[in-house]
Amino acid sequence: MAGGSPSIVHINQLRAGAFRFSEFGMLVLPGGFSYGDALGAGVRLALDLQVFFHEELAEFVESGRPVLGICNGFQTLVKAGLLPGYGREHGGSAKRRPSSGNRDVTLTTNTRGHFECRWVHLAVEPETKADCLAQIEDLVFCPVAHGEGNFQVNGDESLRQLEKRNLVAFRYVDARGERAGGRYPINPNGSVADIAGICNPAGNVIGLMPHPEDHIESIQNPLSKSGRLGLSVFRAIISRASL
Amino acid sequence: MTVFRIEVTAKDQTGDPGIVAAAHRLGVDTLQSCRKSRLYFLTHHKPAALGAEQIERLCAALLVDPVVETALISSQSENGPSEVDSRFDTAAGDQVIEVALRPGVTDVSARVLEQGASELGIPGLQAATATQFRLTGVLSESELRRLARGLLCNETIESYSLGPIEPPFGRSSEARNYVEKIPLVGLDEAALMLLSNERTLSLDVREMKEIQSYYEEIGRAPTDVELETLAQTWSEHCVHKTFKAEVEFTSYGPHGRPNPTEKIQGLLNTYIQAATEKVKRPWVRSAFIDDAGIIEFDDKYDLAFKVETHNHPSALEPFGGANTGIGGVVRDIIAVSARPIACTDVLCFGPQNFPQEAVPAGVLHPARVEDGVVAGIGDYGNKLGLPTVNGTVIYDSGYLGNPLVFCGAVGLLPKGSHPTAPQKGDRVVVLGGRTGRDGIHGATFSSAELTQDTHMESGSAVQIGDPITEKGLIELVEHARDARLYNAITDCGAGGLSSAVGEMGEELGADIELMEVALKYPGLTPWEIWLSEAQERMVLAVPPANLERLGALANLWDVEMRDLGRFSGDGWLRVRYNDRPVAELPMKFLHEGLPLPRREAHYHEGGPGWKSQPAENELGRTSLNERTVLLQMLSHPSVASKERIVRTYDHEVRGGTLVRPFVGPYMDGPSDAAVLKPLGTWDNERAFALSVGINPLLGKRDSYSMAVSAVDEAFRNAVAVGADPDRIALLDNFCWGNPTIPDRLGALVRTCQGCYDAAVAYNAPFISGKDSLYNEFEGHPIPGTLLISAIGIVPDMRHTCTSDFKDSGNLIYLLGETRGEIGGSLLSQLLGWEGGEAPAMPDDPLARYRALHAAMRSGLIQSCHDLSEGGLAVALAEMCLGGRLGAKVDLLAICGNDLFHPYVQLFCETNGRHLVEVTPADRGRFEESMASSPCALLGEVLPSEQVLFTKGPERLFKLTLDEIATSWKGDAKDEASN
Repeated sequence: MAGGSPSIVHINQLRAGAFRFSEFGMLVLPGGFSYGDALGAGVRLALDLQVFFHEELAEFVESGRPVLGICNGFQTLVKAGLLPGYGREHGGSAKRRPSSGNRDVTLTTNTRGHFECRWVHLAVEPETKADCLAQIEDLVFCPVAHGEGNFQVNGDESLRQLEKRNLVAFRYVDARGERAGGRYPINPNGSVADIAGICNPAGNVIGLMPHPEDHIESIQNPLSKSGRLGLSVFRAIISRASL
Repeated sequence: MTVFRIEVTAKDQTGDPGIVAAAHRLGVDTLQSCRKSRLYFLTHHKPAALGAEQIERLCAALLVDPVVETALISSQSENGPSEVDSRFDTAAGDQVIEVALRPGVTDVSARVLEQGASELGIPGLQAATATQFRLTGVLSESELRRLARGLLCNETIESYSLGPIEPPFGRSSEARNYVEKIPLVGLDEAALMLLSNERTLSLDVREMKEIQSYYEEIGRAPTDVELETLAQTWSEHCVHKTFKAEVEFTSYGPHGRPNPTEKIQGLLNTYIQAATEKVKRPWVRSAFIDDAGIIEFDDKYDLAFKVETHNHPSALEPFGGANTGIGGVVRDIIAVSARPIACTDVLCFGPQNFPQEAVPAGVLHPARVEDGVVAGIGDYGNKLGLPTVNGTVIYDSGYLGNPLVFCGAVGLLPKGSHPTAPQKGDRVVVLGGRTGRDGIHGATFSSAELTQDTHMESGSAVQIGDPITEKGLIELVEHARDARLYNAITDCGAGGLSSAVGEMGEELGADIELMEVALKYPGLTPWEIWLSEAQERMVLAVPPANLERLGALANLWDVEMRDLGRFSGDGWLRVRYNDRPVAELPMKFLHEGLPLPRREAHYHEGGPGWKSQPAENELGRTSLNERTVLLQMLSHPSVASKERIVRTYDHEVRGGTLVRPFVGPYMDGPSDAAVLKPLGTWDNERAFALSVGINPLLGKRDSYSMAVSAVDEAFRNAVAVGADPDRIALLDNFCWGNPTIPDRLGALVRTCQGCYDAAVAYNAPFISGKDSLYNEFEGHPIPGTLLISAIGIVPDMRHTCTSDFKDSGNLIYLLGETRGEIGGSLLSQLLGWEGGEAPAMPDDPLARYRALHAAMRSGLIQSCHDLSEGGLAVALAEMCLGGRLGAKVDLLAICGNDLFHPYVQLFCETNGRHLVEVTPADRGRFEESMASSPCALLGEVLPSEQVLFTKGPERLFKLTLDEIATSWKGDAKDEASN
């Protein structure tokens, strides 16, 4: 529907060499509970990515091909240091192992302290480095379903950096598109500055907590309305895919 | 050996206000704040392999989130003084309670940490976890212990310490190749019963004597493995003897006159299965044979549905009990080769505000039970990636000692893809989790009553689940099924391997080597391995030629696979341990040797104090006005919004939830049922609905009426969202007290009779069911509780309906006649009335539901809501709230004009009724389509905030939406988004 033809590949198949990242034009890390989120959401899978696929993944990202992390996939990208991924911008070698030990941002336990499932509205950040998202004209309406989606930063300076560099990709807004301003449940998890998704400085690695894949047809809309499909997110990002 | 202790704490020092509030409820008022830390204990058998550098690496990569957490690292060597102790003295004023899982209880975090360490180049790490609670406030030691026992630690699976806890590494012990022979010769009845009780066999004296005489005949004593196998196979939990027993049933009329005694040859045969056979629906694929019922979905796929209970474990360890309840029912779906696609849950708890001091010893407070159960269900279902879409919660003091946890699961399977015939020579293969000393005696334990000591005695019966292992099983079995790699499959549930292998090998016999079983830790005796109910395991019959391909799949999905032996073909169950025989039993004796019990049942119609109608003076005496009663009903815990619970479950994952638990523009109105569109079937318009019917309050008044009403409720809920009334299948779940007591069994008989009559009248088959008996605490039974779950085909997913009013000016119709039945109603309970007729079966129920369904398919229905607890008034209030619209209705228009009092019209719970919303333009067509069904125009939807009830020209009372929201939503009133 979005214009791609997906393959579902298990990380063990990648490890065994049955598939390689370079065979694909775009990478999606989907939602779920990798390793049951024992030790924190996405932490254990992030280790796998760093230990087994560090170089391959770095090349993939460097090539400009899009990487999309949804929910657990977003958590994994953040905890693996691929988002916001400052490291490689500072002239450091792209191959340098991103150290998750000095991360600046994280996704932690929701303010309410538990998993929550509800529909939210998202606005694409106007100046975002993930410029492919600019083709999304309306808000996106889709559900969140997570317990650790509270986006937090290491101090005000980190937030300023993110915003200044235009690395915010999505924010939680109300149905009219007004910023949530932290109001629950429009901002469902307490994320700082209503941040729902971010990208890397090159704009090709994008992560978000909500699930656009749960709203690809209007019949899925709980308000029985049309438009504001999550499908638009996939259409936008796939437009950057290349082999 | 050096043990590193890592304490991970949030930088934000606010602490957990929930714990403080709960402590205050426990009567510990001086607690000011509580901060939680995670504790990790790490050690290595090679001291050089684990030092500061490795610890730092582990912290950075796995243990500490640098943005929001800090870590405190200390080490303790066996000889040297502990560095940890001193720190506790310095934290002035703070007290510490530390809680860890008992050895042998699944600790997923520790295992994931060990694997992760290995990836980081630190193989062989040994890890354990615990939780620290740092408490501020003046607290005595006895208060600390009260907090620990009443709130922070469940001693069934955990231990606690005031101050630093001993690193909770499992102590490994030597393998125990120990098999006991248990002499039965010469034991009299008393000695046999003593043996049965001492070993928690839960066998009665006839059963023990049957076993005694078998072994006398063959001239030897049974081994412990054999005796335990027989006890599991013959347990109520596994064989459902009460439902197969011959019952002598005597009912007594209203004046105590006995009717002639009936002999019933098995409740299951006579009522439940008989109904299925009688209605004979061609779309039933499997009923009562497999681990789940199966119906046809479309041309390519079938749907499997099963509902289980996990009551006893949830009473002792709410989180683990409910957690493994979901795990178990999902495996029932895997066991019919289906892909699980959704979960349901129905919960019955004691009142949440029950006074702490009145909670009996050995019972967890209902609020603690609810918190744990809800978290346990969410944890498992969410982590499996399954939407939890339908259910309900009921509160009654009858569930104080025995909460009920009904867990349901639905699966999708390609037609004809479920093989059920193991072949001679097939390998007995176990897939999934490792076997430990967990869950031993679960089957016999759940066939016994709980007492205040059960907590301490049955800890081993309770487990914690590991959903990620089960997720691997789901994927693996789906692929193995598509590659046709196995000939039969079942789950390892109650009774563990003994019952899984025993049942699958019933015809062929099986040879098993227990040394092949993968263990979590050494030290298990053969009978423990054989009986363990460790979670997340499946047993498959696999042709030897397919083993390699299955093994490759298992590797891909990270699932352990073990080959235990073969299906022999000689009809014997032979179990060996290290090649030595430990059990040899003919399958015939195991499965047919059980002497079916005979049971006596009594039933008093109407129950004590029964009156056919509430006396005039009862109605007259009531000082509450209708408005107050309605507001009380809306805030009654069983009626009020369950949003605080339901939102902690993922109901969206897999993208197929079309009618959700909450509906309307603010997504907070109640839904009658869920509608789901399975992934993989989007090429057609077909979907399915899931709904429930349950009313234990009514059961206290009239068991027969409870059954009929539960079927009707499940049915009308399913029809309300768009299910075709001619394509609805039912599941029955009975939760009852001790069935050997005649009055308990009598009520069960009447309930089964109601099930039969209703199923036949609605032309709906039962396809699966389960009973959970002996739900008694210290001799007090739960209210006999029947849950009816329905699964119905929605022919067109574009013609579903929700309960929220859509537009002002639309017309409101009441479908179905109002008979003024208030017996067993919420109204009666609130007002303390005992009399009144209990709701009967509606006249020709199918005809009205067919008419409603046809109108819905024609697009004539804008919204639809069923009338259940609280009757018309509650239903109308909910529709108004859901749509944020007002309404005006006239009670004079109600069909059934013999009703004299507005209470009865507003609140009675007559079955077979819906409120529907129709546009003025559709009025003619709608009324025409309902011409032969009872249908009355009551009023219209208003744009205002007012909900107005009139009786002809007389205004009875009005409510505002705000008042409804305050009562129904409680504290969450202001949270609606958008």
